Formats: sequence, C-alpha cells, structure tokens
Amino acid sequence: MSTTVDSRARAAAPEKPRKKKAQLSDRARSERKLGWLLAGPAFVIMLLVTLYPIVQALWDSLFSFRLTAPGDKEFVFLGNYATVLSDIVFWRDLGVTLLITVVTVLVELVLGLALALVMHSAIKATRGLLRTAILVPYGIITVVSAFAWFYAFDITTGYVNHWLSWLPMIGPDFNWFASAGPSLFVIMASEIWKTTPFISLLLLSGLAQVPGELSEAARVDGASSWQRLVRVILPNMKAAIMVAVVFRALDAFRIFDNVFIMTQGQYGTETLSLLAYRTSIGRLEIGLGSAISVILFICVMIIALVAIKVFKVDLTGGSGEGK
Amino acid sequence: MKSTHHSRRTGKPRAVRSVAAAAAASAMLLTGCSSGESGPPTLTWYVNPDDGGQAVLAKECSDASGGKYQIQTSLLPRDASSQREQLARRLAAGDASMDIMSLDPPFVPELAEPGFLAKPPKDVAEATTEDTLEGPLKGATWNGELVAVPFWANTQLLWYRESAAKAAGLDMSKPITWDQIVKAAKSQDKYLGVQGTRGESMSVWVNGLVESGGGQIVTDGEAGQDAKVSLDSEAGRKAAEVIGTIGKEGLGGPGLATQDENASMIQFQGDKGSFMVNWPFIYSASKAAVKEGSLKQSVVDDIKWTTWPRVAADKESAPPLGGINLGVGKASQHQDLAWDAVQCIVSSEHQAQYFATNGNPPSSAKAFDDPEVKKAYPMADTIRKSLDAAKPRAQTPYYNEISSAIQQNWTPPSEVTEDTPRETTEFIQEVLKGDALL
Repeated sequence: MSTTVDSRARAAAPEKPRKKKAQLSDRARSERKLGWLLAGPAFVIMLLVTLYPIVQALWDSLFSFRLTAPGDKEFVFLGNYATVLSDIVFWRDLGVTLLITVVTVLVELVLGLALALVMHSAIKATRGLLRTAILVPYGIITVVSAFAWFYAFDITTGYVNHWLSWLPMIGPDFNWFASAGPSLFVIMASEIWKTTPFISLLLLSGLAQVPGELSEAARVDGASSWQRLVRVILPNMKAAIMVAVVFRALDAFRIFDNVFIMTQGQYGTETLSLLAYRTSIGRLEIGLGSAISVILFICVMIIALVAIKVFKVDLTGGSGEGK
Repeated sequence: MKSTHHSRRTGKPRAVRSVAAAAAASAMLLTGCSSGESGPPTLTWYVNPDDGGQAVLAKECSDASGGKYQIQTSLLPRDASSQREQLARRLAAGDASMDIMSLDPPFVPELAEPGFLAKPPKDVAEATTEDTLEGPLKGATWNGELVAVPFWANTQLLWYRESAAKAAGLDMSKPITWDQIVKAAKSQDKYLGVQGTRGESMSVWVNGLVESGGGQIVTDGEAGQDAKVSLDSEAGRKAAEVIGTIGKEGLGGPGLATQDENASMIQFQGDKGSFMVNWPFIYSASKAAVKEGSLKQSVVDDIKWTTWPRVAADKESAPPLGGINLGVGKASQHQDLAWDAVQCIVSSEHQAQYFATNGNPPSSAKAFDDPEVKKAYPMADTIRKSLDAAKPRAQTPYYNEISSAIQQNWTPPSEVTEDTPRETTEFIQEVLKGDALL
C-alpha cells in the first residue's frame, strides 16, 4: 500500500511546478507585477550605486594610476594584484582582520546568547526596559564609541589604568596603544561592546522560535539547565545562530572605524579595509588601492558563499536550516 | 495669476510644477548657485584650522578690494595629511572653486608637478617675495619656479624648564646638543618632550636630526620615483642613535610611542618636564591654559627657549621648517582676482597681525620688526634666527610615500637601531618603484 502511495507521490512531484505555473491566477499575476513595480526602482538604484563602483574599481585595478600623476596612467593588467598578493603587509593585515573577525564573533556569540537568555526569561514587566538598556551601545555611532574607548584607555586622558591598577602588568604608565596586543584588545573590546546587542537580538528571535514544550519535556525527564540549553535549545535555534554569525562575520571583516580612530593602523593593528583606504585615499594610488578593494570584496564574497553553501544558512528568514 | 488658479484646481499641473521646481533647485545646487549671482565674484579660500585669523584676513582683504571680490573661507581637515588628500582630490577633479588654498610646504611639489597650481604672475611673485626668508621661499618653489606664495613660516625651538636646566648645570646661553639634553634628563630623572607617534611629526624630527648632522634624506627630489634616498649615511645613523636612545631608555616618557606635539606639551608642563622640541604654539597654549585655570602661572614663568639642539657641538643645527603657502588652483575661474587677494593676505602687516593674534610666525623678514609681534612673542628673535637656519623637508612629488615610510620604520622609537636608516632606504626605494605596499 505504502509503495503505491509513494510511487504516486513521486510521479506527481515533477508536474507540481508546471501545474502551479499554469494555475497562476489573475490576482497572483497582478500581485507579482505590483511587486516588481514596487521593488523595481529600488533594484535599479541599488544596481546603479553598487554595481557601478564595483565595475569601476575592477577596471581601475588593472591600471597603474596615481591621482596626482594622471599622465602616467598605464595598463598593467593583473600587475597590481601581483604586487598586493606578494607583499607581507597584505598578509599581515589579512591576519589581523581574520583575528578580529574570529575573536569578536565568538565572544559576541557567547555574550549575545547570554543576554538573549536573560531577555527571554525576564518577567514581562521588565522586558522592554531590559531590551532598551541592552540596545543602547548598538544605537551609538561607531566613531563616537571609538573615541569614548580611545579616551578611556589613552595614557594622557584615560582612567582605565587607574581602575585596573590592581592587575600586575597595568600601572599608571601602561600605554595601551604602543603595541599590537593591547591595542587590538581595546579595539576588539570596543567592537564587542558595540555589536553584542545586535547578535543578542537576532538570537532572541531564534530563542522565541524554540517550542516551549521541548524544554518542558526535557525538564520533566530530569535534564539539567545546561543539558536543556546544549541538547534542546541550541540545536533548535541553529538557523538563527548561523544567520547571526554570517551577518556579524561579514561586518567584522570590514572593520574600519574603530581601528582608524584608535590607532590609525599603527603598530601592527592595520586591517584590510584600512590598507585599502590608505592606499587609495592617502597615497592616491587609485590602481593599487582598487586592487586591494577588489580582493577585500572577493574575501567577503567567499565568506558569504561558504556560509550559504557549506553551512546552508538561509538569509531570507529564520526558518532555514543550519547544519 | 491665471496659472496659479489653474494649478490650485487641478492636481496634475501642480505636480508637474513641483517636479520642475525641484529639478531647477537641484540644478542650482549642482552648479553651486554662483553663476546667477549678482554682485562681486566670490573667491573660495580653503584654510587650515587656526584661531580664526584667516577668516579675519579674508574679511579685511574683501573690504580692501573695494568691491572687486568677496573672499569666503572653507575649512580643511585638522591634520596636514588629510588636508593634502582633500586638496589633491579636488584639484585632480578640476574643481573650479579652488581659488585660494593654504598649502603645507612639503606637499607643494606633488600638486605643482601635474600642473594643478596656477603660476603666480611675475609682478605678484616679485611683490610678495621681496623680503621673504630663504627657507619659506624654497618651500614655495618647485623646479626652480615659484608655484605658491609664502604666507607664514614655522619652526621648532628647544623649550626648557629653567629649573631643570639649572639643576642639570647646563649653560643655556650657549648652543646645546642632543647628547647634553639626553644626559641632563637622565641625571635628573625627567622626561624629554619629543614626538614619537607614527605621524608627520616623526618625519619632522628625523629630517631635523639628519639635516643637522649634515645629511639629507633625499638628494634629488625632482627625479620623482627615481630620486636618490641617502638616509643610510653617517648623519642618518646618528639620528637613529639619538631617537633609539631616547626610546630605549624611556626618556620620552611612558606615552612616547603615541605622543604628538600636544601630548608632549602636556607632559612638558608636568612635574617631570625638562626639555622639549616643539612649535611656538605651545607658548600661547600654555598662557591660555593659565587663563583657563588648568595650569599654574609659575610653570609658564619657568618655561624658556633657545634654538633647536645641535647634533654635533661644532655644527649649527638645522631646525624643522613648517608653515603655510598660498596657492591658486589652475581650474579657478578668477585667477587674477585670486592673486590680487593673495597679495593682500600676505602683506607684511597682515603677517605680523596673524602672528600676534594666532601665534603663527611670519615668512616676511619685515613683519618680525613689528612692535606688536615683539610684545606678544618675546621669543620672536629666536624664531627669526631659527627660521634662517631651518631646512625644509624633502622636496619631491612623492613626499607622502617617503614620509610614511620613515614613520613606519622609525616608530616606536624604542625599536630604532643603527640598521633603521639602511632598512628605511631600501623600503623607500621599493615603494617608489611600486614594488611594495606602504
């Protein structure tokens, strides 16, 4: 019996889309048309403002072109890419960018989940206040928060050395921005403080989708809070976690403001986007700078593709499956 | 009247009129509204941030023009590198609003080489440079031609706390060397005020030390990418020794690696301040701090000055040279009027007034004799003496590359060794050839 049903279902399956297309009602057709009409202008503008600069950057990256020497513009094909990829500065900056991305996303994920759990289990009366309080750092402009963190840690104006004077290595003369390690610590701490609320909100929506009965059943079966979190809640909100990770990883990989304000990339804190900025805007080497920007763009594309293809992240909604 | 009624009655024509009005408004915005204006032409002067002195001069010269033009100032970013970026981008794009520009001398060759700057007419060049000091004049020249007009000139002095110098037993009436102040700071357990941050101030320090030691960072800047970098020399190694010693022995204070001119001034005003190389702004800033109540008058009374320290006891020092030149954009539609305005702005009276009110020393020799100047700045004679001996930074269209390479190799000061000049030379050559990222 079951075989019959199965074979019928299989036979019917390929016809399904054709049937659906044929049965498209007038209403559905006009809705689809309206959809295009509404989204069309935005789509065209998006193409103009994003595609045009991308194509222009690709074109410029094939030339040796300095803004203050327009007469010396010369076609070098992939020469700029060879210069960039064979230079230790590029690989050092890529390493710094990856370090910042991995550390900040991991820490934000853990803290964000903790905050999401607090918001989820908070009593209804305090929920609004709690969410607003948690969201405050995210509402602050990055440049402003970067300056606040910089002045707090700066050796001339800062007060953090005084607060942390009980730590063995930190005294009033400790200069946070004089070497890579402490500088990156402050940059990452500022980044984590600023964007953890974003991750916690995304995770909160995932948490809300976990059926309460599952957790309840596990509790009845004698599972501890930790077991319920690891075995029941987390596996059921995998999709939300993956979406949060991808969004933040793409964002963190392009980090610019915090580094620019706090160290300007000095003492081994330069990231790829800062290198692209310094080359294009600072040195006015449009060709070389465009090549770095294109490589940065390709890196971001790779992260997005790996997330979508390998981890099967559905960016269109929380219903996707994260494996 | 009729059409108004009509548009009130029907929706469509009103919509059409709104669209037309919006389009007209956008067109006006895009064209800068200037073409249809009545009255005298407006000249835009891109100014570096100051205490408002350039805006005052703009007004005075507008009034003095007798209605020929109006000068409107437009503020550039705070630091010299960002000013250069904005000016270069606008000039490369052929921005017609670049009538007058306040230019930092090291960046003049880069803007003059591609022909972004209009050359001053002969009469203007003669009238504005008749009593200009030699250093500032050199900074406004490229390929043997005057391409901008010196407006004010800056130089660094050796500032010292009289009490610290006395305690160290130094006779400050005689020329002082770097070795002497290093020894004095060490023996007194005090800090030296130097700029160790990765910024233009580091290039200024390195250039001052190399030139004072009888060397040069670049010998033929006109060759552009093929310029000869001569930092790997005896003078270069001596410069590395001075900077490395101060860095390694902690004589620059705990914040040296991130210390700029302002931070070193604050340290100098503190209990451990002793000697400091810095620009004259620190004098007016210290006096202002007393007025604000954040600094004691006794500290200002203890601050004295002399010329920049020598590298070798028997050779006069070559102090750093800074300042501002005025350039006129090649794409400016009012070049004649702009040169007229420049001539007014840089008059020796205006330079003296600018020094007395804003603390920026004149490039004109005559302006130093102004009684107002002598009253406001008791160190005016020392500044004048320093300007005569000052040497400009490397003059090349690739100055930005050379300066950035120096900054990267000579910071933090604690890591500067005798190999630094050689490594920097190799690095600069690779960058200029386009073989390395910066």
